[in-house]
Amino acid sequence: MKQTRTIEIVTGFFIILGFVALYIVATRATNIRAYGESSGYSVTASFANIGGLKVRAPVTMSGVTVGRVTEIRLDPQSFNAIVTLEINGTYRGIPDDTTASILTAGLLGEQYIGLSPGGSETFLKQGSRITYTQSALVLENLIGKFLSSGKGS
Amino acid sequence: MMGLLREAWYIVLDFLEMLGACGFFLVKLLRLTPQALMRPRLIFQQVFSVGAMSLVLIMVSGLFIGMVLGLQGYNTLNKFAATSALGTLVVLSLLRELGPVVTAVLFAGRAGTALTSEIGLMRATEQIAGMEMMAVDPVRRVVVPRFLAGVISMPLLVAIFNAIGILGGYLVGVALMGVDIGAFWSQVHGTVDLYDDFLSGVLKSVVFGIAATLIAVFEGYYAQPTAEGVSRATTRTVVNSALAVLALDYLLTAFMF
Amino acid sequence: MAANEQQNGENAVEVTGLRYRRGEKQIFDRLNISIPRGKVTAIMGPSGTGKTTLLRVMTGQERPDRGRIVVEGRNLARLDDDELYALRRNIGFLFQNGALFTDLSVFENVAFPLREHTRLQEHLIRHLVLMKLQAVGLRGASSMMPGEMSGGMARRVALARAIALDPKIIFYDEPFTGLDPISMGVIVRLIRVLNDSLGLTSVIVSHDVAEVSSVADQSYLISNGKVVARGTPEELDRNKSAWVRQFLQGLADGPVPFHYPSPDYATQLLGEEHR
Repeated sequence: MKQTRTIEIVTGFFIILGFVALYIVATRATNIRAYGESSGYSVTASFANIGGLKVRAPVTMSGVTVGRVTEIRLDPQSFNAIVTLEINGTYRGIPDDTTASILTAGLLGEQYIGLSPGGSETFLKQGSRITYTQSALVLENLIGKFLSSGKGS
Repeated sequence: MMGLLREAWYIVLDFLEMLGACGFFLVKLLRLTPQALMRPRLIFQQVFSVGAMSLVLIMVSGLFIGMVLGLQGYNTLNKFAATSALGTLVVLSLLRELGPVVTAVLFAGRAGTALTSEIGLMRATEQIAGMEMMAVDPVRRVVVPRFLAGVISMPLLVAIFNAIGILGGYLVGVALMGVDIGAFWSQVHGTVDLYDDFLSGVLKSVVFGIAATLIAVFEGYYAQPTAEGVSRATTRTVVNSALAVLALDYLLTAFMF
Repeated sequence: MAANEQQNGENAVEVTGLRYRRGEKQIFDRLNISIPRGKVTAIMGPSGTGKTTLLRVMTGQERPDRGRIVVEGRNLARLDDDELYALRRNIGFLFQNGALFTDLSVFENVAFPLREHTRLQEHLIRHLVLMKLQAVGLRGASSMMPGEMSGGMARRVALARAIALDPKIIFYDEPFTGLDPISMGVIVRLIRVLNDSLGLTSVIVSHDVAEVSSVADQSYLISNGKVVARGTPEELDRNKSAWVRQFLQGLADGPVPFHYPSPDYATQLLGEEHR
């Protein structure tokens, strides 16, 4: 019977160790903080071309991550891309004439949305639409423009 | 030439047959699980022999793999002057791939073979037949607790493997090779995603746990009741578990990433 | 009366027209056996006649190709898995090597059927286990592990386990094989005593003629899938058939020849020189 008690203690230790490991890795080695924030609000923005933007891409302002992209869909009438951004609840004072641009991290990195604040006195809130947007720069178009402008001159 | 082709064909057929039989067996195990859960002590004992006893192996392996990742990663990233990405490299490699896969293969080798030979020997010494004669379903009494123990233990073992592996990579990268501690972790926090990387790794570990344990108990239960029969079954457990884990790894990775 | 429940009077087990083939060999060919209730019946025959298979057929572990097996009034072929399990709770089975659970102690082994099939409280189980062990003379060994015991002791523990649920019938598969004379004497005595004191029906499969004769009320002799002789030990002793005589007396040569069929000796030995 003593043997069973040792077994139970060690097994209990093993199980606890496993869950502790899960917890530590999840909290210390991932971007879990980005998910923890509550009471955010969603706004939408319309782009002609989203390039390589993906859902869960970060939304930054002045380099600070203030939210995430939560949805990307196509507007069947205007054929523009409608991107839904979830902004962190702590940032409530974003002017509603802010520009949303699709930028690339580094030269060949992942794409994200950068917000440049405007000067309006009214702020973005749940369901607002960002009117000023800057679509992604598509490399092929750039090169094409460069080549054709070279030819022109 | 024809002989070789025929051999290969038999191997394929054998594998398919095993796959199908395993599938039926899994259904049977799942059906008996609710009853087996009423005897938690049995399951607990098996978690000890299957999980807790594998701890040392998993922890040591995790440490070494993490350290090697740190070393190799540093050497390679150094060529691109990108050593600040070492943390991300180590964590992503472990969470996504190395953690689940290596742990599963080690698990199959240590715990899987123990399960197969234990159940196989019970069959060879007529203990299984004895149980049937005593009107006790041996699958419910012997196999299901072991199966559940394996499925529970695997994700925990993978988590421990990952945690220690990351520690190992950190030790080598920061303490040994001089990568900046801040750089190591800040990139990690920025790039490693909770859902895409961490949870998908957990999902893999659960799936691998089911596969490896299922194969182990299956081979043991249907082993020939002789000495060679049990030893051959044990070998088959390791081989088939490894193959299954690797194949599933590809499928899951393709599906998730 | 329901179709699969028949009044069977004095026979606990009734085997009719049993046919069983494995591969090329016809193991049983229209075999008929009746096991009378409350008595010790032995089934004897040379090795390889399929005696163990017969036991397994009688307990539902294997299905025959044809034939009817009626145990305690129930036709085995008509039972589903649950009913078969329910029937097995009234049957005890002693395997040739005991088949004890090697990871459990003697006490736990005997307690196993009680724990699995009853909801008795722990102290009642303890009483029952000790009683069963006392019946086989091993009450003092209750904390030993099967690996620490001799074959004879292990078999006695297995016997205690087989009677744990107070079965009505008990089957013994080669109970005397591989035992020293003293252990054999113990088992012989136990079989008889348990049968009479517990009102059991005992079926012994064995080829140990001397032991069987001392304990069986009736014996069957089986060879080549058929019943060759049957009767009490005295009746068999008076049996004039040459095969029965050879078997019961252990003669080296007779109807069962000493030499396995082979080509001519001289030709095989000197074959090369003749060429």
